[in-house]
Amino acid sequence: MSTMMKYEQKALKVVGTRPLRPDGVDKVTGRARYAADYNLPGQLIGKVLRSPHAHARIKSIDTSAAEALPGVKAVVTREDFPDLPVEYAASGELTINFHDVTRNMMAREKVFYDGHPVAAVAAISGSIASKALKLIKVDYEVLPHVIDVVEAMRPDAPLLHEEQYTEGVTPKPDRPSNVAKRMVFARGDLEAGFKQADLIVEREFNTKPVHQGYIEPQACLASYTEDGQAELWTATQGHFVFRAQCAKVLQMDVSKIRVTPTEIGGGFGGKNNIYNEPLAIALSRKSHRPVKMVMTREEVFRATGPTSGANVKVKMGCTRDGRITAADAELNFQAGAFPGSSVAMASMCTFTRYDLANVRVVGNDVTVNRPKVAAYRAPGAPIAVFGVESVIDEMAKRLGIDPIEFRLKNAAREGTRTYYGPTLGTIGYVETLERAKAHPNYSAPLGPNQGRGVATGFWFNIGNETSAALNVNEDGTVTLVLGTVDVAGGSRASMAMMVAEELGIDVDKVRPIIGDTSSLGFNFITAGSRGTFASGMASVLTARQAIEKLRQRVARIREVPVDDVVWKDGWARPADGCVKPFAPMSLAEIAKVAGKTGGTIAGHAEINAQGAGPGFGTHIVDVEVDRLTGLIKIVRYTVVQDVGKAIHPAYVEGQLQGGTVQGIGWALNEEYVYGADGVLQNPGFLDYRVPVASDMPFIDTVIVEVPNPNHPYGVRGCGEVPIISPMAAIANAVESAIGIRLCEQPMSPPRVLEAIEADKARSGARA
Amino acid sequence: MARHHVTATVNGDPVEFLCETQQTLLEVLRDELRLTGTKEGCGTGDCGACTVTVDGRLVCSCLVLGVEARGKSIQTIEGMQTGKELHPLQRKFLEHAALQCGICTPGILIAARSLLERNPDPTEEEVRYWLAGNLCRCTGYHKVVEAVLDAARELRGG
Amino acid sequence: MATISLSSNLIPYTCGDTGFELEVANVRQLFAALGERYPGLQTHLDNDIAVAIDGEIYQDALLQPILSNSEVFLFPKVAGG
Repeated sequence: MSTMMKYEQKALKVVGTRPLRPDGVDKVTGRARYAADYNLPGQLIGKVLRSPHAHARIKSIDTSAAEALPGVKAVVTREDFPDLPVEYAASGELTINFHDVTRNMMAREKVFYDGHPVAAVAAISGSIASKALKLIKVDYEVLPHVIDVVEAMRPDAPLLHEEQYTEGVTPKPDRPSNVAKRMVFARGDLEAGFKQADLIVEREFNTKPVHQGYIEPQACLASYTEDGQAELWTATQGHFVFRAQCAKVLQMDVSKIRVTPTEIGGGFGGKNNIYNEPLAIALSRKSHRPVKMVMTREEVFRATGPTSGANVKVKMGCTRDGRITAADAELNFQAGAFPGSSVAMASMCTFTRYDLANVRVVGNDVTVNRPKVAAYRAPGAPIAVFGVESVIDEMAKRLGIDPIEFRLKNAAREGTRTYYGPTLGTIGYVETLERAKAHPNYSAPLGPNQGRGVATGFWFNIGNETSAALNVNEDGTVTLVLGTVDVAGGSRASMAMMVAEELGIDVDKVRPIIGDTSSLGFNFITAGSRGTFASGMASVLTARQAIEKLRQRVARIREVPVDDVVWKDGWARPADGCVKPFAPMSLAEIAKVAGKTGGTIAGHAEINAQGAGPGFGTHIVDVEVDRLTGLIKIVRYTVVQDVGKAIHPAYVEGQLQGGTVQGIGWALNEEYVYGADGVLQNPGFLDYRVPVASDMPFIDTVIVEVPNPNHPYGVRGCGEVPIISPMAAIANAVESAIGIRLCEQPMSPPRVLEAIEADKARSGARA
Repeated sequence: MARHHVTATVNGDPVEFLCETQQTLLEVLRDELRLTGTKEGCGTGDCGACTVTVDGRLVCSCLVLGVEARGKSIQTIEGMQTGKELHPLQRKFLEHAALQCGICTPGILIAARSLLERNPDPTEEEVRYWLAGNLCRCTGYHKVVEAVLDAARELRGG
Repeated sequence: MATISLSSNLIPYTCGDTGFELEVANVRQLFAALGERYPGLQTHLDNDIAVAIDGEIYQDALLQPILSNSEVFLFPKVAGG
């Protein structure tokens, strides 16, 4: 039976306050241990040989010279890993195919991108390992490559997978294609809808791949011993998922791999998948020593999982008073080397903010010669929304309707049926629009070359498999063992707060830790804004189970019926109107005698959390455009978002601010630049330009709380929604500022200047 | 390849180590001296996660060779607190929730301390430009800047 | 009989059928019945389909009950980053 818990409105003591985070002191003193900070005696350093070609057949690999180099203890290639048949499993981008996972981790027949692993070595030092890589001879047959998604969809494009026929097309095509899958979500009568429209706007948008940009490169340490057991320390968003994937690709029992998630230096979806981990375990198995593998920044850019670059076509029609009558979109997403981009999820949140009768979204998942896509905060949504919220802005402006008013006229509300199926429950979209409209940012005066833009976003949020355990220590303090990695947001503190609230004790008395894979039942990755929602639900269940046991224990100790015992504010007390009143017992008193009266009091929960509540956000941005340099400056930014319940308001603010700034970076500067040879030209932070402190103003946050009816504290989760709106909001603001609509991302200075010049030429031609 | 013998001072303590010619100060701190508080984010001086001071000067330790530390005084995050007393910047970062994953935090704290030593009353803009060499991907810099300004206020006696 | 509807992206696997009525007691039985009727749908049922039962969304909840007058909708699962 799946678990869904109802929201309980009540006075709160701990939830909603701002205690210091338990991992904080270690992080400000440099004591916190991230994956690269771990070392084991006798460890070797592992390094990876990567393809220099975007697309090539591997004719042969000769590792003999590398193996002979003194100091090299093991070399692995495709020969060391079994080929796996097509088989699916859940991951961050939904389903992954193990046939592809094993090929992405170590190339087999072909290399599909600049950076694709071809071999790995373990040696007694990093410099010897690097020398060994140079001695490995790989004979490549270089093939033509394709990276741009539109080019890859053409019938004559270079083909990555000869056996790939577009799924979702009937009848089955007779020629293979880079389009791995085509999907259509549709409702109503699009043609009739466009006929009803007084205004039709049609635009095309193009975006480049961007990277999650976590400051900590992937790192892992593996130790495989002769009894077939492996220990792995790694930076991961999901140690149970990593265990499952490693077990599969290495053909090991799941119980023989113990994964400890280290403190993690950012993930954002990019650390949902294995990269070096199985290589490190295999090298350790072969060398009989622990193997440590730390990626360089260049490897992170070249060979982990940037998000899709895309081509998006949007066509929408509305009446002259602003009611949308038809909405049509085509999303063409790069999947990278293997199928499986987030185009399906993006297709489902393209128009979900609006109540529409006639809708169609066509999504294409396209394989191209760049790294396999990994999830990135609300995967795919920012791209689709860039298109849709820009077109909506254009429609509103052409009709002279206020952009927030326009959205309110069409807004999805409770009871709105989505175009992909389910009906929306209690949601806070309208609330965010109204709070944005009332915010001082919306009426702040603007100067020359300044403009204001609005855009909105939606993400489903998820629950999934989650386990937690709570133990009452002998002195009445509590240890809470969680299985959802605290990827940064501070979720472990929020879980401790919920448990403290339930037990009626000080939050300082609850110590939350993240357990390794041997300590708990399965936990899905921390992604999908699910950490505080699902682990919170599990934590509350552990506390309630413990309370049940406490009541029963006190009933036996005090020799009263259990119905006469109530738990209140950290004490077991006599219920009102009970026959035999007894002396209350505090948690500490019960804990002191627990051992002698039956054993430790504990609670645990293993659930599949259902009832995740969708999140909506409205962003307002004021920009200033420098017409001489093309620089777009963010003058003012306000984020309004419904989070259900802010367990710890400062952490929620942090998520809103952090996600927004990632979205701003995506909008303004970030992009993968590939040369004509298919090699990545900017695999470093100098030329892959993420936002720096001087780029940003303070980001004003407004937390809206429309409780999720399916969580005891009303939590919806909040981490993903903030990244969705900035691209469109900024494009809309630029249009307001200088009258030019940018449809290419990033809106970097050269592109802005190009657009300004083109606009001048057009008006010059007209004049 | 023969290794170099180097003596230096780290966080006020005398140290000595052996290093190869091409080993950076960052690698020496982390791998030879086991001071893993200083982090590698990029290895090319672009992210600031490896920020330390060498004779009072703010540097990316990934751009300094281990041998260059000979005779110099280096300050890392491990030396920021005094006994059990956290530096006001460290305390303010905790109070303001100015960290999330924390990987950039040591570098930012060292850089911020250096700023406040030179300029005890910086404007918001001065803080932002001083910290422009320290990338953070989690916070959006908002609470970081608030924490630095608040620490400056406290250090001034406000 | 529960009313079952499919989101339009599943149409290629059901020869155009988008809705039917079925007597099933839970999600597992529903998936078994659909997989038998439409073999092309099986991989998707196994891996990437969520259900909404009377407005509540369930992912990976095979034993979730379906009542005799429930409204059930099938659509792609979602995750995140």
